Amino acid sequence: MKTLRDVAIGETAKVKRLHGEGAVKRRIMDMGITKGVEVYVRKVAPLGDPLELTVRGYELSLRKDDAQMVEVE
Amino acid sequence: MADSKITIALAGNPNSGKTTLFNALTGSNQFVGNWPGVTVEKKEGRLKGHKDVMIEDLPGIYSLSPYTTEEVVSRNFLVDENPDGILNIVDGTNLERNLYLTTQLLELGIPVVVAVNMADLIEKNGDKIDLKKLSKELGVEVISISALKGTGIMEAAEAALKAAEAKKNAKPIKFAKDVEGALTDIEGLLGGVPAHLKRWFAVKLFERDDKLPENVAALAPKAEEIITKIENAHDDDSESIITNERYEWIASALKGTYGKKGAGELSVSDKIDKIVTNRWLALPIFFCVMWLVYYVSVTTVGTFVTDWTNDGLFGDGYYLFGNGREEYTEAMNEYYAANVWTDEVTANVQKAADAGITGADEILAAIEDGDYEAFDEAYGFYGAELDEKADGAYSISDTVDTALGEDAELPANEDYGNWVPGVPVLVENLLDAINCNDFLKSLILDGIIAGVGAVLGFVPQMFVLFAFLAFLESCGYMARIAFVMDRIFRKFGLSGKSFIPVLIGTGCGVPGVMASRTIENERDRRMTIMTTTFIPCGAKLPIIALITSALFKGASWVAPSAYFLGIGAIIISGIILKKTKMFAGDPAPFVMELPAYHWPTVGNILRSMWERGWSFIKKAGSIILLSSIVIWAGSTFGWTDGAFGWNPDLELEDSVLGAFGNGIKWIFAPLGFDDIKATIATVMGLVAKEEVVGVFGVLDFEGLTALAGYAFLAFNLLCAPCFAAIGAIKREMNSAKWTWFAIGYQCLLAYVVAFIIFQLGSLVTGAGNIFGGIIAIALVAGIIWLLVRPYKEATTLQTAKA
Repeated sequence: MKTLRDVAIGETAKVKRLHGEGAVKRRIMDMGITKGVEVYVRKVAPLGDPLELTVRGYELSLRKDDAQMVEVE
Repeated sequence: MADSKITIALAGNPNSGKTTLFNALTGSNQFVGNWPGVTVEKKEGRLKGHKDVMIEDLPGIYSLSPYTTEEVVSRNFLVDENPDGILNIVDGTNLERNLYLTTQLLELGIPVVVAVNMADLIEKNGDKIDLKKLSKELGVEVISISALKGTGIMEAAEAALKAAEAKKNAKPIKFAKDVEGALTDIEGLLGGVPAHLKRWFAVKLFERDDKLPENVAALAPKAEEIITKIENAHDDDSESIITNERYEWIASALKGTYGKKGAGELSVSDKIDKIVTNRWLALPIFFCVMWLVYYVSVTTVGTFVTDWTNDGLFGDGYYLFGNGREEYTEAMNEYYAANVWTDEVTANVQKAADAGITGADEILAAIEDGDYEAFDEAYGFYGAELDEKADGAYSISDTVDTALGEDAELPANEDYGNWVPGVPVLVENLLDAINCNDFLKSLILDGIIAGVGAVLGFVPQMFVLFAFLAFLESCGYMARIAFVMDRIFRKFGLSGKSFIPVLIGTGCGVPGVMASRTIENERDRRMTIMTTTFIPCGAKLPIIALITSALFKGASWVAPSAYFLGIGAIIISGIILKKTKMFAGDPAPFVMELPAYHWPTVGNILRSMWERGWSFIKKAGSIILLSSIVIWAGSTFGWTDGAFGWNPDLELEDSVLGAFGNGIKWIFAPLGFDDIKATIATVMGLVAKEEVVGVFGVLDFEGLTALAGYAFLAFNLLCAPCFAAIGAIKREMNSAKWTWFAIGYQCLLAYVVAFIIFQLGSLVTGAGNIFGGIIAIALVAGIIWLLVRPYKEATTLQTAKA
């Protein structure tokens, strides 16, 4: 299964589905990472985590561990 | 009548311009407080020109999920308090995500008006937005505003008012057919709820929301069958289905409404971000910004103004614009050179320094520099040492005391430049003029004014800091701090934004604790409030200096070790606390928006600075004042020659405070310092940490081993902070339970650490007690277990917190 964590910096991926449950998953969805949306992995923080993404026209930061919950095509 | 008043809830995403809009709509007519029992700020204000209209500023939220305190607080308000209407502000440059909240607000059966902020910016960017079509899609009025310029805002507020008066309830958006069918079925189950809330509760039941009122939650098992059927059909869970439906609806509604040109082009904000969070530059830039904030608010402006407040305004007095200070200092130095630093005094100090008496070299250096202030300080600290050693052969106190005594003719402050006496001096003169009795005079001067001064002394520093924080927050850099520092801090259950409170805490814990307000997650915020005061603040430095010079011969490792102790306490506490019951119920997802950079307005910064500063004065002031009076009473009531009574010149040992110290000193026996003075010093440390030094002169350390001294230091560094900081903790925690928990934890940790240091240290040096050693080792093992025990991040918000 390929997840958002595996997407290289500067690449765009299409979200297939979200795994996990509860607060983190809901929060990720609330922020606009839902089925079918395109996510651009913009950069990684200087210390190697978290990621900076562009989704639905704005910037979002997401920890790599949480990015693993997002399955992409 | 309260019922005739109209309440409009102002809702919107963080960074949508909500605060600016709220300020513009209400002006100075605001009431700032907290939502009951939580650390979330609550603001309401009267709409300008409409006395009977109250605007309730809800916390900035992205959704009405049941997972964060801000969201739950907002939901409860919207559902339980029944506002007459909602004014929903959305960021026009980020419509897609902003409208997500709107789709949820439309379900509440309350009139809604949408205000699209920064619509002018969209046009300027060359993007297009068709508000008419958007209004048709949403089924509510949509108004273009610019919160910053103030255009359209009154129209928006009046539209919301009109909709509220007309009771034009908003209609929910339509989901896919099968989902709609399921929701209708669930609505059929909802017998007892008000008609306008049926849709809301139906959706929440469908999502298996866990923050529902009992009568609705009881229906969950009945709804389960309906939900599962849809879930199987969609091959997804119900929460995801609803979220997807919402975003899909938004995407289709925006088609033809919103045209973005030039995708992929870098905006100014993008260019700034490229540098600011650059892999190599981010950390250096971060440290420069932090240094600047610290340097200005703590080191220069802060200290300057705080010193003026403490020593000038609430001290003897000050020179207006410094006019006359130099002349006075010069005259004092000359007076000292002629009368105090006689040949005999200098010779005695020289001899004492040669003999290696503690502090003699400092006194000598002051004499050689001809600096009377440095001399006063060194003499006050070490003068007694010279009297005691070698049967008073080095004593200089006779000469010094005569030259500076009551009959001496020292240069007077008022003879030079523009001298303004301090508040205590003025009040004392006034009280003398009206023949006030000594008891009342002492209560007013030493109890009340000293307490007020202690509060106000922190205020200037705090205001400078709050201005910085407001700037960093509203320009968008604060979010980047969290982004850059997250990796380090999240391991300790803290947020990247916790860096600022801790950094400021090295100057003063009071603004440090207050700075935690910028942390968005409640768990991280509480954790930061609890741990910030572990770091040695400016007032703890004299304690470190005293112990270092008295017991460790000025060893250079002692001061850094105090900082390591503080940092260690923060790290260990973070890891241990996040696994405790008190914290385990708060999920802390780090899914954070990085808002576009922009210049904040001066008005917003000043307002934010004022609000935070004022709320400290109001909320923390009372506790500081009260405790200041209690300590005053404790130190001036006592036993003079066996008779109890009030006596302003009481020795501390004879006072009520002294008796209290004597009564509880056994507590500190396992830490190595069951000494009455050490106990009183610790209690006095609650007033202000530098008071510890005042109680505990150099001589009192003669009986203490270096190890016990270090245990004393460790305890005083980590235990409950001063009353001012406790007041700040109470203000920020907004809950008696959490305040006590914080104070209790700090004292417990301080005790355990000092215990381990003393007992294990004694074992190593061979003077130990086996029993104590065993307990100490058990405690170390216990801490290690607490650090490594398994832990699972909470996935639901557990406490009801209402």
